[in-house]
Amino acid sequence: MTGKHMKDMNPADIVGDYTQTRLTFHDGSSRVVYTTAIETPMPGGRLIVSRTDPQGIITHVNQSFIDMCGYSEDELIGAPHHILRHPDMPAAAFKGLWDTLAEGKKWHGYVKNLRKDGGYYWVFATVIPNIRNGKLAGYSSIRRKPSRRKVEEAEALYQTL
Amino acid sequence: MPFNFTISPDFNPRNLPAWYIFNTWLQKCLGEAIHLEWYNDFDSQRQAIREDQIDLIYANPFDATMLVREKGFRTIASPTGVSDETVIAVNRDSGFQSVGDLPAEPRIACTDDPHVRLMCMMMLEPADLDASRLQTRLRDTYVLVSKDLIQGDADAGFFPEATFDDLSGVVREKLQPVARSEIQLIRHVLMSGPGLAQKHDAICDCIAGMAAQAKGQSIIEGLGFGGWDMLDQESTEFMIDLMDTLSSE
Repeated sequence: MTGKHMKDMNPADIVGDYTQTRLTFHDGSSRVVYTTAIETPMPGGRLIVSRTDPQGIITHVNQSFIDMCGYSEDELIGAPHHILRHPDMPAAAFKGLWDTLAEGKKWHGYVKNLRKDGGYYWVFATVIPNIRNGKLAGYSSIRRKPSRRKVEEAEALYQTL
Repeated sequence: MPFNFTISPDFNPRNLPAWYIFNTWLQKCLGEAIHLEWYNDFDSQRQAIREDQIDLIYANPFDATMLVREKGFRTIASPTGVSDETVIAVNRDSGFQSVGDLPAEPRIACTDDPHVRLMCMMMLEPADLDASRLQTRLRDTYVLVSKDLIQGDADAGFFPEATFDDLSGVVREKLQPVARSEIQLIRHVLMSGPGLAQKHDAICDCIAGMAAQAKGQSIIEGLGFGGWDMLDQESTEFMIDLMDTLSSE
């Protein structure tokens, strides 16, 4: 499956004062993103669920995902999962993710995600390879409300990477 | 030898007669003898599963992993409109308004219901509370969990949402929910085991056609369901993956 072309973010979608950054992704593509200082807290008791194909292209999202990131289901399905990449997240954190998944193991960590409106939300994310009949069918990512203390620890760590 | 059918021990006792009627109906539909076996707790039911004594089960989602991945069970259906949500509740006079208000090492009253514990533990994470910091008080029933809260013997209690909402008005007035899950993807599952492999498709046909018959519809209502959602194996695999992520840290 080929993912949708990743367009630059649209300044008209951004709420509040913003900073412009160009992100370059592991597949060589790049995108201009706009970020604000506005945090949307993840609600307790809910899970953000998404699934991708083996190339990381989104194939399924739940309503909590749509509510938190601000994109519509149509915008998300077929897009690469790094549509949520926030420039404050170091590349090293995602290298650890892909290295772990390549070993067929479950990965978890604290992630700052970028919203369509330029704001952000922190999650505790778990990503697992979906193995069906012994073959990789894709990945599931399940995200939930993190502890504030763990988020502060992650923020401090990521600034050093 | 009849086939053996069992129900997750967290069933609502009010629906017990309906499960017997369901079993009788299923035997007629299949033309096979099926014995309905009850287990008082999850450990004894799991032991029976491990010893291959179970052929058909209405399973707790937590046990789906073992049933599918270790014992070769196949998915049939889940109840319509019944997802396994959970509630963390406190004594209304405790002053706790959220899980963040709980003590650093809270006393938690709960039963051995595995998916309830797993989902409620997830809801405690934002307050930096993990299993190592909990003083767990294991109780046989949710009535006893409520009693612990009302008497001040526990700081918080774990409940299935349906059970919490079904508590008597007198008890509910004394309790306050501080967290409710809204996951919507975790459900009990009717599954058949390898011993019934030759009958799996026939069972699916029986269940799929149940609501179309007046008698079948009345049994479904007796079980407290809106109907049956027929499931493919991928739906269950996905739920297993999801449960797996909840147990990770």
